[in-house]
Amino acid sequence: MYVAVKGGETAIRNAHTLLADRRRGDRAVPALTLEQIVGQLALAVDRVMAEGSLYDRELAAMAVRQARGDLIEAIFLLRAYRSTLPRFGASRPLETGRIEAERRISAIFKDIPGGQVLGPTFDYTHRLIEPAMAGDEPVEAPERREAVAEARPRVTDLLGAEGLIEADGSGAAEPGDITRDPADFPLGRDMRLQALARGDEGFLLGLGYSTQRGYGRNHPFVGEIRIGLVDVEVDLPEVGFAVCIGRVQITECQMVNQFTGSAEQPPQFTRGYGLVFGQSERKAMAMSLVDRALRADEFGEERAAPAQDEEFVLAHADNVQATGFVEHLKLPHYVDFQAELDLVRRMRREHAAGAAAVPEAAE
Amino acid sequence: MSAAAPAYNFAYLDEQTKRMIRRAILKAIAVPGYQVPFASREMPMPYGWGTGGVQVTAAIIGPDDVLKVIDQGADDTTNAVSIRAFFARTTGVATTTRTDAATIIQTRHRIPEAPLRAGQTIVYQVPIPEPLRFLEPRETETRVMHALEEYGLMHVKLYEDIARHGHIATTYAYPVKVEGRYVMDPSPIPKFDNPKMHRSPALQLFGAGREKRIYALPPFTDVASLDFEDHPFAVQAFDTPCALCGAEDVYLDEVVTDDRGGRMFVCSDTDHCDRRRAGETAE
Repeated sequence: MYVAVKGGETAIRNAHTLLADRRRGDRAVPALTLEQIVGQLALAVDRVMAEGSLYDRELAAMAVRQARGDLIEAIFLLRAYRSTLPRFGASRPLETGRIEAERRISAIFKDIPGGQVLGPTFDYTHRLIEPAMAGDEPVEAPERREAVAEARPRVTDLLGAEGLIEADGSGAAEPGDITRDPADFPLGRDMRLQALARGDEGFLLGLGYSTQRGYGRNHPFVGEIRIGLVDVEVDLPEVGFAVCIGRVQITECQMVNQFTGSAEQPPQFTRGYGLVFGQSERKAMAMSLVDRALRADEFGEERAAPAQDEEFVLAHADNVQATGFVEHLKLPHYVDFQAELDLVRRMRREHAAGAAAVPEAAE
Repeated sequence: MSAAAPAYNFAYLDEQTKRMIRRAILKAIAVPGYQVPFASREMPMPYGWGTGGVQVTAAIIGPDDVLKVIDQGADDTTNAVSIRAFFARTTGVATTTRTDAATIIQTRHRIPEAPLRAGQTIVYQVPIPEPLRFLEPRETETRVMHALEEYGLMHVKLYEDIARHGHIATTYAYPVKVEGRYVMDPSPIPKFDNPKMHRSPALQLFGAGREKRIYALPPFTDVASLDFEDHPFAVQAFDTPCALCGAEDVYLDEVVTDDRGGRMFVCSDTDHCDRRRAGETAE
């Protein structure tokens, strides 16, 4: 006798209990602390903050832990929490020219005012798994230099002073917010950049890479990458001036791209822009490549490659949306499948009847 | 605020968000079948799992409502259980499995067999609200097609089905025309359920969270499934009645009982089946 697939409630409860057990793992091993996750898995935490679009290391670390290290799941947790928070307003544009940079490099000049600062980078390491990683060997203290008073002007500003690169946006208008307003294509660049900043690192990496391989090529040079702490300032109408409400760590990438020019306008380089929370050069660089590719219309470039297609890129860059919809396929679909089964069976019967009828007709 | 979840507002969403969603719902009711963009929020369940329906329900539910949640016609499928538990936790409202006792019915993929009545609201979870999406992937294009009532492409697609298969090969999410104007996706309900939408006395709301669209059918709206004069729209018919309650003219699930081809067909609408077996009169 058929027994209805009952007991959904109990089954779900048991599955979640098992999940909690697997999450904790061997009870003889100490549990991870949030300090350990924030301190030693910092880049995982940064990615969760960036794509979760919520700057809170502790919450991000809790999410990473709750998600058993599944970063997209952690991003989802942070997003769902974020959507319950009120929005007070917009900060002033970050003054990244005044960043307290731990890393700052330019690929287009050998030396720049303020110097090239490598900072904590994987670049130039040999990717050999260090036997030391099996244990907890003492780590040397890093070299520190005295805080420098020397200004670190943005490299794009140096080019801009000569008019060699297109002007930056004014940033005067209140930016749009795709999490609060329904996005209508085509989007403004503000909302586009927001969507890219929240977008999946892997997806943007692949798209950025595709522009380098000829699908919407835009001749990029890394004008500058900066990683460091920057003040967040908010205008307070009550006091009549901007007040710093805290500092965030960001990675900014200014890509210097293919020049344009016309009879009226002398040639100048164009920009692609990437900005993400925390330390993520890969994401910031990919974002700036895709940002530039999406600006094709502004420069009268033919839009032929996937990376140049705004609807394609922005409708699919969000990993929380993507994972939800891909994974929803595991939900029951038996009602729809029954409808398909019914039709296919009917068509097969008709097909068989037709095949049987043909020889008779021939006789 | 519910005692069970003091950290969150009644029905999870904050009041400003609910107002925004209600405005979209009102506009949707005013223009039946038209997809109204809304600023869909991130919900604590995944996109594609009913976030649109959940947001619509959260925006309209009040403390006196009685909620029923079904998935595939059943109250006890895992996702229906999860969504019902979500609202029970965040609102504390009464829940039910009885179609006639519910004031709000949130559904995925089915319309209950028992006719809905005036005063009830059915909320559909919608994955892809755009009926033209698989003919034209671009939103900018489909928007213009709706504005100009350019639905030729849809008829060509249905015609090509007939030419190739001898049938219209769409068996669920079968497109409908609303009040002779907008072509609308009825959500992935089997086409068996399409006629139930026509002039239903209940308010029908459709929420697509990931795609950020809400649309609606006010009570007694004309809903016609697309067809041709020589290939009129017809619903699925089953050869056998429900093996449990004997119901005919209902949608059945095929249950595989063994690996030797054994099959049985039972009501997809579990409430309908339960009540018939309990001897209650069901329409």
